[in-house]
Amino acid sequence: MSSKNKPGNDLFLYLLRLGDTSLVLSHRLAEWCGHGPILEEDIAMTNISLDLIGQARILLGYASRVEGKGRSEDDLAYLREERAFYNVLLAEQPNGDFACTMVRQLFISSYQFFLFEALQKSADETIAAFAAKSLKEVTYHLRHSSEWVLRLGDGTAESREKTVQAVNELWMYTRDLFDMDSVDRNLLTAGIAPDMNLVKEKWEQKITGVLKESTIPVPPSDAWMASGSREGKHTEHLGYLLAEMQILPRTYPGASW
Amino acid sequence: MKGNTPTPEKIMQALASVCDPEIPVLSIIDLGIVRDVKIKNNIPEISITPTYTGCPAMKVIEDEIREAIRKEGLEDVIVKTVLAPPWTTDWIGTEAKEKLKAYGIAPPEKSSPDKSTLFGSPKAVACPRCASSDTEMISQFGSTACKALYRCRTCREPFDYFKCL
Ligand SMILES: [Zn+2]
Repeated sequence: MSSKNKPGNDLFLYLLRLGDTSLVLSHRLAEWCGHGPILEEDIAMTNISLDLIGQARILLGYASRVEGKGRSEDDLAYLREERAFYNVLLAEQPNGDFACTMVRQLFISSYQFFLFEALQKSADETIAAFAAKSLKEVTYHLRHSSEWVLRLGDGTAESREKTVQAVNELWMYTRDLFDMDSVDRNLLTAGIAPDMNLVKEKWEQKITGVLKESTIPVPPSDAWMASGSREGKHTEHLGYLLAEMQILPRTYPGASW
Repeated sequence: MKGNTPTPEKIMQALASVCDPEIPVLSIIDLGIVRDVKIKNNIPEISITPTYTGCPAMKVIEDEIREAIRKEGLEDVIVKTVLAPPWTTDWIGTEAKEKLKAYGIAPPEKSSPDKSTLFGSPKAVACPRCASSDTEMISQFGSTACKALYRCRTCREPFDYFKCL
């Protein structure tokens, strides 16, 4: 039944994009487990990771039902290959130092905050319920990362330098968050997905505000931007992440514990 | 099978014995996790909602619900997870908040996260031990997803705060 242009296929792809972003970022944050700079932050990052895995389960579980081919949420998470993942490029970027992780988190939490805020009004009831639920948690994530970027940017010379560097390195992945292809446009017409240009405006306002307050320069508007997540084209980092995330279910198919 | 017919009242009574594994002084009824109980063809259908989307206790809670229903002599039960309307700390009753406080966890203040959660300073939370309001937040994220970590400046004890959602 489902060909590339069927509405169900658009919805399936859209759910994978949202779900994969949560899943991949969750995995990145879990890499900090036991390595946080202080105990409280170790706990904070793994808490956020847990919220994100909760998001991923809801979204991939729904994607599984929309697809209707008997692939479970676990099959989708563990048995797809790199090119079949549609997470935003920013989510897969390595943790780097703590400043880098917090800048990445600020960018993505802010993106999720305004996206989920809009998705609360989605014509798709499951997505609307998911968005209303997750927005409450993302509010805490955004506050956490905003406060850290502020503290690091307006902190010591070293913390400031690392934060400036993180912003400059990650900035090129921020346009990819808002790219729209036919899937987004079809779902926008159907009232299921929001106009990402409107989400982008709010995102820019928030980020510009936090960076200015942190005394961090906002990168120029004509900076070079990477893209490709909508087509499953990734940076070299995703393959390694998936290798680690998927090794157990691939080595021991059907393993449970 | 004891051959008894389930009623929503009996089921609710059974569910009142199921506690949150992470906050054992509160039942899932106290927490507002149970959203609906229906009986369809003599089979109880229980709708529950997660406190946090990634709450690892949900699976345990579901298993304990099945166990509690089995103890009532009923073999079959359907446990459904619903997301809308989203769970809020406002569903924790006054009595339950007192139980939390007695257990050493500062209960959530009224009202859900809003712009002030996002941009404002954290709320003044009273110490559950000495009731002093001279407290400070150590971390927004505590030992479980639903708690933040605070410290009392008066009695110097750290404590958990059940944060608003
Ligand atoms: Zn005290």
